[in-house]
Amino acid sequence: MAEGAFAQAQPAGPPVAQSRPRFGRVRRLFRNGLPIGPLLLFGMVVIAGLSGDGLAPHDPGALNLGAAFRPPAWLAGGSAAHLFGTDNLGRDIFSRVIVGANIALVVAAYAIVLSGTVGALVGMVAGFFGGAVDALVMRLVDIQMSIPSLALALVLAAVLNPGLSTVVIVITITYWTWYARIIRGEILSLKERDYVALARVAGVSTPVIFARHLLPNILNTLLVLATLQIGQVIIFEASLSFLGLGIQSPDVSWGLMLADARNYIQNAWWAITIPGVAIALTCLSANLIGDWLRDTIDPKRRQL
Amino acid sequence: MVGFVGKRVLHGLVSIVGASILIFVISRLSGDPIVLMLPVEAPPHVIEAMRRNLGLDLPLWRQYLIFAGHALTGDFGMSYRWQTPALDLVLDRLPATIELAVAGLVFSVCLAVPLGVLSAVHRGSWIDTVGKGFAMLGQAMPGFWVGLLLILVFSIRLNWLPAFGHGGISHLIMPAIALGWYPVAAQTRIVRSAMLDVLESDYIRMGRALGAPERVLVWKYAFRNAAVPLVTMLGVYFASMLGGAFVIEVIFAWPGLGRTVVEAVFSRDFPVVQAGVLFTSILFVTCNLLVDLSYGLIDPRIRRDG
Repeated sequence: MAEGAFAQAQPAGPPVAQSRPRFGRVRRLFRNGLPIGPLLLFGMVVIAGLSGDGLAPHDPGALNLGAAFRPPAWLAGGSAAHLFGTDNLGRDIFSRVIVGANIALVVAAYAIVLSGTVGALVGMVAGFFGGAVDALVMRLVDIQMSIPSLALALVLAAVLNPGLSTVVIVITITYWTWYARIIRGEILSLKERDYVALARVAGVSTPVIFARHLLPNILNTLLVLATLQIGQVIIFEASLSFLGLGIQSPDVSWGLMLADARNYIQNAWWAITIPGVAIALTCLSANLIGDWLRDTIDPKRRQL
Repeated sequence: MVGFVGKRVLHGLVSIVGASILIFVISRLSGDPIVLMLPVEAPPHVIEAMRRNLGLDLPLWRQYLIFAGHALTGDFGMSYRWQTPALDLVLDRLPATIELAVAGLVFSVCLAVPLGVLSAVHRGSWIDTVGKGFAMLGQAMPGFWVGLLLILVFSIRLNWLPAFGHGGISHLIMPAIALGWYPVAAQTRIVRSAMLDVLESDYIRMGRALGAPERVLVWKYAFRNAAVPLVTMLGVYFASMLGGAFVIEVIFAWPGLGRTVVEAVFSRDFPVVQAGVLFTSILFVTCNLLVDLSYGLIDPRIRRDG
């Protein structure tokens, strides 16, 4: 009973979320106009990623040495069969770019969910309880941040067997601190609000305070952070795979494609250009969507 | 002030010790270096002797204490692969990495300052749009891919610059651009917003009213103040370049710390990995510490809170 009463009595919450009508949250999304271009572009990447090799015209791993180094279709010597040309082993680059989207998105999804969950939980606990727990967590964050992320990733990647799960673990370990620090800051100010203080006084249990009074108020921030992380994760995965410490052949990753193409940079400029364009366009659209989300639902975070 | 400095230095030291434990433990989690060092057909007693010889048969915490004790005296052990002291190897490669990081920082600042200032002065014009577009692109293109594109254009097509190696300025240009590429966006934004603030201040309006030429107003009076936030962040950017150098050095075969560590990772050359990553961390922490302290010097309020 008391719990329900307090759950309703939260006019002291973030004013934007509370004072607006029910549809305010949805309508606000459209206030700044939708980023149509980035949404379309990212939508295409998602469709390519979900389709697996369903959309790929060729088997992405099929070797055809007779058809090696075919230029893209729009150049002399290119053919419509290989839209983006072929690589040193005659593999179809267009098909590999499509399949590469899958790995990029799968890694991004796992890494973001894991690092976001761990970081948000740790940040909430540290911010809410303060004291020794907070000090310990913040020291851990400091320690972790004193090792450049790629250096830490190298050490980890060397120890674990390279592959998709290793990449996810490495990125999670690298990025949870980012969420933890920001969420901790949010919680520090949230827990001073009257409705949280009242709930505590009324004897509401800590898990309920977390779930009902704190979590809903950090969801916006979490969503923005997660969207802004997509591009970073994709670049991180590409870098690790490029170094040979991430995704391993025969799996297809954009970073791995660049590593292969690097050895034949003199023979096939397209092999080193096109996977990079795929990375850049994906990250660009994800970043633009993230910026728009941040400006729309969480304007106070403009510094991110 | 002494308390503030002491506290920050202490935090830095804790971070470095923590980092060393983290690096040590992770690098021993799996992967037996002996397997890589000896031929497959080596008899068991040889393997056992080698393991004892290198201290790999002790419990992990004792291995760490031995490692830490030696590290304090500058002894990180011998490189398994090169049979030279790991520290010598690291110190030997460090200057090249610092050279690259400084060059990358110079490149990014030289690009970010004009872009940021012009975007602020011509706010909303095409220059502002170009600046924003550049910043968006910069954050979407991985530095290593920028490096590959540079090699493609300037080494292979135009044959203007050497594709790899270490030497004069011509070797430095492309790696510096590839490394400095990413932070340009953030630096431009810092300069732009600082300039926007300063340009609206009373003393600039006063200067304009008194008829001071616009160029003098912008570069002499406004920029000097607007540069402060960027200058205080330079240490942080320098530190982040040390991390970014790991991939860039591999692409350009730059004989720096990053490439050495990447190679050591592949051959499970623990002493070199530990010494290399720990040294990068020490540099990283030192840079950030200096940044913190410089804030304290500039703004006394932070000293009290610290």
